[in-house]
Amino acid sequence: MPAKNTNKPANPDRRRFMTDTARGAAGCALAGMGLAWLARDARALPATAIRPPGALAEEDFLSACIRCGLCVRDCPYDTLKLAELGEDGMATGTPFFTARDVPCEMCDDIPCVGACPTGALDKDLDRIDDADMGVAVLIDLENCLNALGLRCDVCYRVCPLIDEAITLEQSHNPRSGHHAIFMPTVHADKCTGCGKCEKSCVLPNEAAIKVLPARIARADAAEHYRLGWEEKQPLVDELIDLPDRLPGPGTDNLEAPGGFVDGFKPSFTLPGGSAGQ
Amino acid sequence: MSAKTHSPVGYEAARVKGWLGAHRFLLLRRVSQVFFLGLFLLGPWFGIWWVKGNLAGSLTFDTLPLTDPFVLLQSLAAGHLPELTAIFGALIVAMVYALIGGRVYCSWVCPINPVTDAASWLHRRLDLPKGWQPKRQTRFFMLGMVVAVSAVTGTIAWEFVNPVSMVHRGLIFGMGFAWSFVIGVFLFDLILARRGWCGHLCPVGAFYGLLGERSLLRVSAHNRQACDNCMDCFAVCPESQVISPALKGKTGETPLILSPDCTNCGRCIDVCAVDVFAFTHRFDDRVKNTVSQAVDAPTEHSV
Repeated sequence: MPAKNTNKPANPDRRRFMTDTARGAAGCALAGMGLAWLARDARALPATAIRPPGALAEEDFLSACIRCGLCVRDCPYDTLKLAELGEDGMATGTPFFTARDVPCEMCDDIPCVGACPTGALDKDLDRIDDADMGVAVLIDLENCLNALGLRCDVCYRVCPLIDEAITLEQSHNPRSGHHAIFMPTVHADKCTGCGKCEKSCVLPNEAAIKVLPARIARADAAEHYRLGWEEKQPLVDELIDLPDRLPGPGTDNLEAPGGFVDGFKPSFTLPGGSAGQ
Repeated sequence: MSAKTHSPVGYEAARVKGWLGAHRFLLLRRVSQVFFLGLFLLGPWFGIWWVKGNLAGSLTFDTLPLTDPFVLLQSLAAGHLPELTAIFGALIVAMVYALIGGRVYCSWVCPINPVTDAASWLHRRLDLPKGWQPKRQTRFFMLGMVVAVSAVTGTIAWEFVNPVSMVHRGLIFGMGFAWSFVIGVFLFDLILARRGWCGHLCPVGAFYGLLGERSLLRVSAHNRQACDNCMDCFAVCPESQVISPALKGKTGETPLILSPDCTNCGRCIDVCAVDVFAFTHRFDDRVKNTVSQAVDAPTEHSV
């Protein structure tokens, strides 16, 4: 009986409908898995591709950017590009720039962010100095001229936040014995990632200083170490605030700093003796 | 079937109406496709920035924002609430296509259409076998799949592979290897599956089809008595399943092609030597030369 049933279904139309539906669903599920793999894979942004100012974190960015290229159009310096399939190694059609080619000129009015229709570039960014496109990293200490003890200084000079985002830190030059090394030093909290330093690095081909996305360039602070020199503040506000000196007059008595006024009588007596010293 | 069934497609129409008359809407469509692409290319090619962006999102004359509602739907599914500019843009586009027919996008604007039309033309010329013919509804599974994948991965998923935006954006911003998608779709339609991409799989078309479910602009087989069964309309129609209900409808049944699959390409109007078809609106269900009574509300023919 069952064999006969399989040969002649009671309701052929229904069976065909079910098979067709199952086929369509299965095929699309298969295609969907491939698509999901592609979509996950696309988050692996190459390190040299820097997103425009105000770009959301990469995961949020891919849910928000519709790849219309309006930011590219409103960039007055042709800094931004849309990724081309198979050439730029990132989600096709999303905007980025390569600092070594054309860095971000950090326009005051941030036209790229204004052009974004979806909020993939966050309109909350109203000062370009607060932009966080990436962090410059002095990556090749063996070829950087300043690191060798010479005075190139170009990355420092071109930095739009000179003496804030990049400073020159002096140290002894042990090679010559009587010169200084002026080490270009990036301060990540100030660096916007515009890439002007990378663009203008005088070394041929690759730059010694490179802008990298913060997720690559920055470590998290060491929470399990206590940095004593940063712990000027009391550990717990107003609870444990140890005095710097012994109690008594003079501590904050400007009339006689560090000593006693003549005729001073303490308000307490030490046990078994004269008035307290 | 008449003797004319075996003459080349469109031969009779060209003989009766002249070559131009038999290719009127085809030419108009090509002009429209070039026009919409050209608008976007005026900027990068000639520095005339009337329209900036691409089909996913654009800004016209620095005031009119337009957004692809399907892209925005994926963005929403991915968990991003877009800014108002994009939402307004998508609403405008959605309203226009809901009025003139969602799949007008497919046949009059989409840059992949000339590719699949070329594949289909060559397919007919070479008399190749139909190949793989998945159900027409497969595209709705694709649509659901794309929205689901967007939600699961938190990305605008279809844009990673969408040949439509690949080509359009590629032409405007730089192709890279996007040509491979054009070639891929062409070969798929030519060799693997006749009318396979636009007619069966593309979720963008499926979305726009749903959008235009109740659209006003329709093709009507208002002169269906004149039909001599030459079958040319079936040969050229990219969604040939939409024709029968209207053309072969009995007296009292609407001559309107009401299926949302119809792309309003007007090719059936072109190739018909006896002018069975014409553009009209969805409430005009008159049939020529019949004594049919006023017909009640048009019947839906979902396919």
